[in-house]
Amino acid sequence: MQELSLNLLDVAENSVRAGAGLIEILVEETPSSDLLALEIKDDGCGMSQEQAQRVTDPFYTTRTTRKVGLGVPFLKMAAQLTGGDLSIESQPGKGTRMRAWFGYSHIDRMPLGDVAGTVTTLIQCNPQVEFRYTYRWENKEFVLDTREVRQTLDGVPIQSPEVITFLGEMIRENMEELRETEREETRQ
Amino acid sequence: MKSLAELQALRDKMKGNMGVRHDDTGNIRVVVGMATCGIAAGARPVLQAFTEEIAKRGLKNVTVAQTGCIGICQYEPVVEVTVPGKEKVTYVKMNPEKAVKVVVDHLVNGKVVTEYTIGAVKK
Repeated sequence: MQELSLNLLDVAENSVRAGAGLIEILVEETPSSDLLALEIKDDGCGMSQEQAQRVTDPFYTTRTTRKVGLGVPFLKMAAQLTGGDLSIESQPGKGTRMRAWFGYSHIDRMPLGDVAGTVTTLIQCNPQVEFRYTYRWENKEFVLDTREVRQTLDGVPIQSPEVITFLGEMIRENMEELRETEREETRQ
Repeated sequence: MKSLAELQALRDKMKGNMGVRHDDTGNIRVVVGMATCGIAAGARPVLQAFTEEIAKRGLKNVTVAQTGCIGICQYEPVVEVTVPGKEKVTYVKMNPEKAVKVVVDHLVNGKVVTEYTIGAVKK
């Protein structure tokens, strides 16, 4: 995987499979502290301490089609290569929180990529799950919460291709706006 | 810049068109493999291409969904298309350009794109 947003999708899919009702995604870009962090928090089935420890072992997986589980181990490696790391906290029956952080300016840090595409893919394919996506650029935030979106939609299915395309554009525009405002403030 | 207020306008337009159906049992189903293997091979842009093309053409009878790893990781991105009453078609090694062709030929015109199917690739 060449983009952090794809890793984000991969990990969030684990939350979907854990039966989560709400998945909270946080992307933080803080160039002033040389930090880029991804966080995925769910209220799914959670894992025992032993399972949580083994998630980063490439030869551990719960799926039955193959004997390896490479998503999280590769993400951890990618984080460590940039001076960051990956942490997992989980409690059976309560949910899981995974955080990966990276050296923002490190030459080996993967580009963030199309986060809007990741978020809309998750919303479209999992209409039974609520998502709260927060993008933080320095100290400014943009939040998209599917519970609010559904309220606005008033019965129109959130997974309709027209709505999904709209949400993708909305996320992209707002993320770009936050980055631009900050740049302008720096210039002044 | 797009906001929830603007989404309201889209909602009203969609409600006005009466194209919104809550019962999708008679729909064509497009299912994209979205496990680690699929994502790494490029499943997300394929799904986005399907979504954009379906929205652009205003197709109302299509449901786009996802599945996990079905065990043919070497053929990812894998997309299964099921037209009600017909046999399921499995497209393999997909990309956004192929996705657009599948929408036009298969979903709109009912003609399977044989060259992209698993049967054609395996030979």
